[in-house]
Amino acid sequence: MNSLLQNYKALAIIGIVVLVTLFSSVKIVPETHQAVVIRTGQPVRVINQFRPDQPYGSTGAGIAPRIPFVEEVRMIDRRVLDIDMERTQVLSNDQQRLQVDAYARYRIIDPVKLVEKAGTELQFESQLLPILTSVLRQELGRRPFTALINAERGSAMTNITKSLDEQARIYGVQVLDVRIKAADLPEGRPLDAAFTRMETDREEEAARIRAAGQRDAQILQAEASAEAARIYADAYGKDPKFYDFYRAMQSYKQTFLKGEGQSSMVLSDDSEYFRQFKGNP
Amino acid sequence: MAGKNNPWGGGSGDEPSGEDGGDGGGPRNPWLPGGGEPGKRRSASIEDIFKSRGPEGPRRAGGGGGPTFRLPERPGGKSWLPVIAGGIALVWVAVSSVHFVQPGEQAIVTWFGGKYYGTLDSGTNFTAPWPVHMVEKLNVSQVRLEEVPGTKTEKLILTGDQNLVDLSYLIRWNISDLALYKYQLSDPQNALLEIGEAAMRAAVARQKLDAVLTGAGRAEIEQDVRMAMQARLDAYRSGISVQGIEINKVDPPGPVEEAFKDVSSAQQDADAAINRSRAVAQQTLARAQGDAREFNDIYEEYKLAPEVTRRRLYYETMEQILSKTDKTIVESGNVTSYLPLPELKRRAQAAPAQQQGN
Repeated sequence: MNSLLQNYKALAIIGIVVLVTLFSSVKIVPETHQAVVIRTGQPVRVINQFRPDQPYGSTGAGIAPRIPFVEEVRMIDRRVLDIDMERTQVLSNDQQRLQVDAYARYRIIDPVKLVEKAGTELQFESQLLPILTSVLRQELGRRPFTALINAERGSAMTNITKSLDEQARIYGVQVLDVRIKAADLPEGRPLDAAFTRMETDREEEAARIRAAGQRDAQILQAEASAEAARIYADAYGKDPKFYDFYRAMQSYKQTFLKGEGQSSMVLSDDSEYFRQFKGNP
Repeated sequence: MAGKNNPWGGGSGDEPSGEDGGDGGGPRNPWLPGGGEPGKRRSASIEDIFKSRGPEGPRRAGGGGGPTFRLPERPGGKSWLPVIAGGIALVWVAVSSVHFVQPGEQAIVTWFGGKYYGTLDSGTNFTAPWPVHMVEKLNVSQVRLEEVPGTKTEKLILTGDQNLVDLSYLIRWNISDLALYKYQLSDPQNALLEIGEAAMRAAVARQKLDAVLTGAGRAEIEQDVRMAMQARLDAYRSGISVQGIEINKVDPPGPVEEAFKDVSSAQQDADAAINRSRAVAQQTLARAQGDAREFNDIYEEYKLAPEVTRRRLYYETMEQILSKTDKTIVESGNVTSYLPLPELKRRAQAAPAQQQGN
């Protein structure tokens, strides 16, 4: 009984050892990563290195052999990675400040170089970040403020991408592109000044609109008055004398009938009204 | 006691009888020789006590004991274990090699989680069992929404004329190629947002503030952003397809909102002033037309018989006037009359009959 158990134990131990060796002599490299095999501190080969024309399924990903305990496999990302810059203040060549938030996208095309120069992706990022910031500052600082926020960004960005790419190649990295995610006016005085400018701009517009309304109103009334005058002239001009008489009659009615206060009249008996009163023909 | 003789009696008895059975009933009780130690005896008796506690005790013991008793019984057959193991394996194979991919979904298949094997479309699919083939399902045709920025936060974007606008938008997207989506970008969703942001800012910077605010430039911006984003995403071979960009909200920034509102109220004020003056103008015109018409009508009559009409008008008017006023008729000629105006006034206030009498 005891010997049998011991036999089993030995078998189990052997089995475990075999399994561990098997597992440690095999590494599964996913499609998302490339693996650098390092033997005693020396990179010896790369599994699943990025090649642009390789479709997925025919890459080097999958089960890869390695010598256990001797070879170390370091996984390096094979995908497009991004590096996000902190907000930086950029001074344009006309001394205006702008808060710029940028990102770069890159791909590790030579993982051996990356492992040699930087070690890991994270370390590489911390080395690239200051380069990105200074390249950005330099390139944008050469432009006027209006160009920074305008569509002209395009040429600036290609320049930045190019010079960043040059520096990143040392690490075996290809910079695909650099983009400005946000360009804002810095908080405080520049932002307040912009707000004030916007505000006064609107105030001016409001005043202009109101004045224009007033003007249009006046013009409308003047036109109407002119038209009315024309109508009156047309009508009354036919017989000015009769108009005089007619208007006088209207005026009397208005004054004595509709006017306020009581009127008393002292009439001479030789007035026109009393012509018949006297009885003379 | 009865408990000492009968083991069942001991079982049905209460605490003191159980203890007694444990202590003194050793030689008589057939159970005791088996468990020689006093501790075991005690525990056995305690079990008995538990069993004896009402009808609940036995039932609980039976329920709990059932499975634990059955397990040791089954390996008695000895051939069961491999059969069970085989069955589990079979079920495992069946479950992990048949995949029901729902409509709109796709699944990506890899060898041991490493090399890409293929993409499964919706329907029933077969693969090698896990872990040889690992399958990951994802909804590809579902349109996803990203709102930028999240609600209630202000996002100020510079326009081409160096003004600021508070803008929020939606990105509608879906996965166009699952393998590319999984393998090309390290964080596709973040990439999408960043690319969207950059494209949106570039597009807004190409427009003037008024165009952005009034909506005249909005369709153009949406179109620009969509195109720019898709171009970028295609350049990365990201497997993402941008379905559309919708600008949710465009507002002037908070601090200057009042000034912007004042512009629209100025427009209202101007319109109001114009309306008012239009009304006055209409009145003036109508009045003129009415007056002219009246004059014309009378003038037509007058032309037919000038003298008569003139007289008639004169008398009619005088009649109307004089009938409503106080009258004092003074003889003409050499008489210069002193007019006591205050008296006249008083008389005017007095009854008209009195005047007639004078």
